Amino acid sequence: MNKLISLISGTIFGIGLVVSQMINPEKVLGFLDLFGSWDPSLAFVMIGALIISSPLFHLIKNKEKPLFAEKFNYSNNKEINNKLVIGSALFGAGWGLGGLCPGPAISSIALLNINSIIFVVAMFIGFYLAKFFKLSI
Amino acid sequence: MNIINFTPISAIIGGMIIGLAVVIFFLFNGRLVGISGIAANALSEKKNKVDNLLFLLGLVIGPIIYSVFTKQVISITISNSLILLIFAGLLVGIGTRIGGGCTSGHGISGIGRFSLRSIVATITFMVVGILTVLIKNFV
Repeated sequence: MNKLISLISGTIFGIGLVVSQMINPEKVLGFLDLFGSWDPSLAFVMIGALIISSPLFHLIKNKEKPLFAEKFNYSNNKEINNKLVIGSALFGAGWGLGGLCPGPAISSIALLNINSIIFVVAMFIGFYLAKFFKLSI
Repeated sequence: MNIINFTPISAIIGGMIIGLAVVIFFLFNGRLVGISGIAANALSEKKNKVDNLLFLLGLVIGPIIYSVFTKQVISITISNSLILLIFAGLLVGIGTRIGGGCTSGHGISGIGRFSLRSIVATITFMVVGILTVLIKNFV
């Protein structure tokens, strides 16, 4: 059953990216263009997501275990270190250059856009390089 | 600064749909959505491989289902500079792995449970993203 949930959850997430228009790099770049022509939409997407997720996270995590798995399984890493900041800065630079982050990039494969496919291939090479050089957390 | 193209209603509703997806994944499977982690692990780790691949498949199916049901064509505008896209993709891939998350993992799942670590990460990638666009507009 948890396989089905993974598929359903990914699908709903993908629909959310379309409805919110975050699948479109132009909208994301509009948000990052704070000092030019600013489009605040992305902040509202995050607020919408947090309104739902935040209270429910706190209710659910007090349960003994999830419905279809043995136990809750998520990182409780609290460390704020150089890797966190440097990695996030590199990600921010790539995000600002292309307007794409991992979720929208993968969802946009559905549109068979050659440029988003090129981006996704490069992103997976990046994942591989980070693993190869043992940079991943 | 002038505000353009602002679509608050679709942003909030789309965001709530994303929040719902994250809650379902947590309630049933006990995992927090972080797409960079799911994508990287889908190819390199045996643990949860099928789950991860199915989640990614869902991400691709989502827009198709939306298009079929609403009969709307989804159009996106994306850079057509090959070098820029490859460079951006490499940075996003490497950066999210070093920093341990992306917009979903840190920005939604992490901030959703009030993780200071994720708040620091989100502020960092947003500030650098904003600066990158600022510099790009000057060049």
